[in-house]
Amino acid sequence: MLPTKTGVLAEAFADISAALKKHHLATTFSWQDVAQRYRRSRVGAFWLTINMGVLIGALGFVFGTLFRTPMQEFLPYICVSLIFWGYISSSINEGCMAFIGAEGIILQVRMPLFTHVLRTLYRNAIILGHNILIYPLVLLAVGRMPTWDVLLALPGFVILSLNLLWIMLILGVLCARYRDMTQVMQNLLQVILYLTPIMWMPRTLPEGISRLLLDLNPFYHLISVVRDPLLGELPSATSWMACIVFAIVGWTVALLLFGRYRHRIPYWL
Amino acid sequence: MIPAMASIILAGVSVEFPVFNAASRSLKNRVLSVATGGAIDRRVDGHVIVRGLEDVSFAVNEGDRIGLIGHNGSGKTTLLRVLSGIYKPTSGSATIHGECVSLINISLGIDPEATGRENIRLRAAMMGMRPNELREQFDDIAEFTGLGDFLDMPFRTYSSGMQLRLAFSTSTAIRPEILVMDEWLSTGDEDFKHKADRRLREIVETTKILVLASHSRELLRKNCNRILWMEHGRVRMDGPTNEVLPAYFG
Repeated sequence: MLPTKTGVLAEAFADISAALKKHHLATTFSWQDVAQRYRRSRVGAFWLTINMGVLIGALGFVFGTLFRTPMQEFLPYICVSLIFWGYISSSINEGCMAFIGAEGIILQVRMPLFTHVLRTLYRNAIILGHNILIYPLVLLAVGRMPTWDVLLALPGFVILSLNLLWIMLILGVLCARYRDMTQVMQNLLQVILYLTPIMWMPRTLPEGISRLLLDLNPFYHLISVVRDPLLGELPSATSWMACIVFAIVGWTVALLLFGRYRHRIPYWL
Repeated sequence: MIPAMASIILAGVSVEFPVFNAASRSLKNRVLSVATGGAIDRRVDGHVIVRGLEDVSFAVNEGDRIGLIGHNGSGKTTLLRVLSGIYKPTSGSATIHGECVSLINISLGIDPEATGRENIRLRAAMMGMRPNELREQFDDIAEFTGLGDFLDMPFRTYSSGMQLRLAFSTSTAIRPEILVMDEWLSTGDEDFKHKADRRLREIVETTKILVLASHSRELLRKNCNRILWMEHGRVRMDGPTNEVLPAYFG
């Protein structure tokens, strides 16, 4: 007997709204996740900031020189790019493990399953919060002043996170069933890192192929809506439209999939 | 307002576990088997199914104190998971009314590096306690542990007895409508044992439905008024304690 489409959606909505209602679970556990990693170190979670800072400095120097871009322009660019790429890629990577990693909890406590996805996203948002501290420092170092456009990064961050959530939800379900999906995603993300303007700037691309490589890459749009405002530019309407369309299409697929297989997840663990 | 009655109704419940061997679990093989023309079909692919429960039907009403007995592998744990709403039956239906809490692994959620106080919070969240409930109960829990200043020390510095005290005190602070337990929780040192036993008895009395899996005849006789004897995933016998226990233990 196949459940009806409305039944499937109701199932998914019930779980997600329960998870949002029990919001404190996801917050408590995600803070705990971050705290746990740095419990006995002196600077604690600020190791994240330090590590990211070193990476930005090193890559900024290497690629800035390689592309012959003035540091004043390139350093803020790679800083924001790497910080948000870190958020995107580790959310997606860890999203694969959202259910597998919570096996102990899922098999013993009745809890909305979406809680585990939220926990994973929150954990990465907390890490992002630590990393973003580098941004004002870099601006200060290169002597640039932020503009009011920076505020537009907030709605950008929201739409980016909404998109990440459906990606994580789908991957969480698929990876619980097919374990090597996790490896597939890791490889894929590695490739996307190079295909997406993160370490290189869009305008360094030769004319002609550039538009296609950018416009057809969803990750370009996802990162643009937060990155551009932080660099004092307005994100293009195309990028915003693309993000909204992804969110709508993605969530529809995610809800149907999640509703359909939610009950099977404990059996797969 | 009439308080909702807690109840559990299982009708023809079967639970089947897919056993994914390496072959069927990987995407690679899925793709390859399509590419080779599908000569290898799913059955050869090793879609083995293990039946955990088979056609289990019974109703549990308020006031029932159910003891679950059966040999290892008879389906007790699976049944406990169905009763707590973790597994949805693959066929048949399980209707559960009431908030259900399981005291199966009372240390789930504890972080050894965190302090006692932090762990009370973590454990309480895992039990499904809401933040405002926890605020009300926090001092009681802290006092019940009897750990005093040790509550500000990392959990890993505790002796195993002290660790158990903390886990036990927090886990039993909740008053669910339906309580599911896998074995009675016995806690280390004599001094705490009496306190703990009293606390457990208190929960068992206030809870509307108790399901306790155990191998101890004495324990089942003392706490349960109905016994379910499971065998090979089916209910072998279901009846009052004084009838089923002698039949099982002989």
